[in-house]
Amino acid sequence: MDWHQLWTIVSLPDNIPIVGMLFIIPFFTWYALRQARANDRLAERLENDPDLAKTHHRKVQPFQKGWVREVAVWPYLLRMEFLAAIIVTIILMVWSITLDAPLEEPANPSLTMNPSKAPWYFLGLQEMLVYFDPWIAGVVMPTMIIIGLIVIPYIDENPLGNGYYTYKQRRFAIWTFIFGFIILWCSMIVIGTLIRGPGWMWFWPGMTWDHNRLIFEINRDLHEIVGITSQPWIGIFGGLVVGGFAVAAGYACHRIIAATEFSRKILNRMSLLQYAIMQALLIVMLALPVKMAARLLFRIKYVWVTPWFNV
Amino acid sequence: MAENNPTEVKDKSAAPAGNNGDGARTLLGVTIDPDEIKKKAQIDLDALKQPTKTEVYKSIFRVKHDQTARSRTLGVLSNVFLHLHPAKVNRDAVRYNFTWGMGGISFYLFWVLTWTGVLLMFYYHPTKVQAFRDILYLEHDVPFGKLLRNMHRWAAHAMVLTVQLHMFRVFLTGSYKKPRQFNWSVGVILLVLTLLLSFTGYLLPDDQLGFWAVTVGTNMARATPMLGHEGPFGPELGMTPFNDVRFALLGGSIVDANALLRAYIWHCIAIPGFAAIFMIVHFWRVRKDGGISGPAPIMLEKEIKPVRR
Repeated sequence: MDWHQLWTIVSLPDNIPIVGMLFIIPFFTWYALRQARANDRLAERLENDPDLAKTHHRKVQPFQKGWVREVAVWPYLLRMEFLAAIIVTIILMVWSITLDAPLEEPANPSLTMNPSKAPWYFLGLQEMLVYFDPWIAGVVMPTMIIIGLIVIPYIDENPLGNGYYTYKQRRFAIWTFIFGFIILWCSMIVIGTLIRGPGWMWFWPGMTWDHNRLIFEINRDLHEIVGITSQPWIGIFGGLVVGGFAVAAGYACHRIIAATEFSRKILNRMSLLQYAIMQALLIVMLALPVKMAARLLFRIKYVWVTPWFNV
Repeated sequence: MAENNPTEVKDKSAAPAGNNGDGARTLLGVTIDPDEIKKKAQIDLDALKQPTKTEVYKSIFRVKHDQTARSRTLGVLSNVFLHLHPAKVNRDAVRYNFTWGMGGISFYLFWVLTWTGVLLMFYYHPTKVQAFRDILYLEHDVPFGKLLRNMHRWAAHAMVLTVQLHMFRVFLTGSYKKPRQFNWSVGVILLVLTLLLSFTGYLLPDDQLGFWAVTVGTNMARATPMLGHEGPFGPELGMTPFNDVRFALLGGSIVDANALLRAYIWHCIAIPGFAAIFMIVHFWRVRKDGGISGPAPIMLEKEIKPVRR
């Protein structure tokens, strides 16, 4: 166990946000789900007691008859904002006094940094380069992420959970977002920062970053494993595999979407276009962990090889 | 003394209320009475004790500030910096646990970045000869220059984090649902602009870290389908290293002086401008869509109304 190596990575000033993220993201996930549970319990109570549902103020926050429902912004909100600004300023000041922004040697195109890493928030995309060609990892996937995020409100037809934390009323939506945000985006950033070393090789935490390390791995394309050797058939085979994955992933997603009576009810509210867009985005999102597994476990480089592009 | 001055005597005769032995004097027709002056000074002193009663104060703040609901409302509505707030908010929304304050903190960090960024611009030249030396100058010679650069960098990192957490919170509270769908989309654009702001700033110190990060980043643009010279169908459409989308981003086929200048202009002018426009829309829509989304009363499954098309 090379603690010094671990410390070198973790104590790099530019890596502070990732080390912070390791604690902040789980904390806020827990903080949100705890409030969601409280609301879910209240919802359950109200579902079972229709009389109470008619009179209850429907929040977990305390409320009594005669209390005002709204408070003046001045001072009740403004003092919170002022306090937040002061606290953020203090944190920033202390952070800026104690830790210096990194500055390396002057830019030198003839001396490549190893590992040469993107800024931390793009390390997920850089990590994706291991599994996909740059046109997918660097262009198609980011575009799909942005489009996918933008269309979320227009494909989510579940009217419940508007303006309060809940888990039971929005299971599928919450799992999808946590999968995309925490399991894919955040953990890929953590892999890119803490795990990837020289030559973008995989170094477990505590392994020494050995610049002379060599990994003897033979990556093969899927058609080589199957034994197809000549071109139109390689392309056709790959297309069938990718198409087959899309169908299988779509079917699996549909099973999950239509798993409960409630989720079928929501599904019936969706238009065909909404459903098609949602399925397309889910299939693309699932393609990432599937390709990661194929690459890391079975050393498969491409599944679809054509004269113009490879997937 | 005045009696010896012939003109003064003449004046005195013109003004019968002059020096009649009670200490008051007249100068060019104005009575100078020490008691009067004392009284007037007292008025000014009293005003100092109660600055809110002065005309100066009233002209600036326009409304009285006291404990009444009316004053509190006007205090928000009649202030240009506060007027984006509503007069009143949901009593449970001011608690920290619902919003986590991440949107507001992101905005505050944007301001910190604007101020520190403007100060940094005073010392920075976006040229290959000077950029790196300017950073060294900032770090070693400019008073508080190191602190300035550190704050700019750490605030940028913090902002990327708080913007993501803000999005996470808005998702988990379902705040993107009707009627706030469009504002969520504006927010996604703001997230992308935040990342681009941070990324374009990375190259500016012109050191190895920024140079290679931007090289890695823009190399991906080579592979853009149809628009990059290494992307699918790019060469077929006539893309070369000298006319593709990467060339447009860098102003050349390598990360060099033109790329530095372009990064600088995107970073300091263009993207902050776009971000400001989208932020205006974002904040305005928060108000127009009914203010902050919650904590809203819980809706039950049996209360779902059929969808209207």
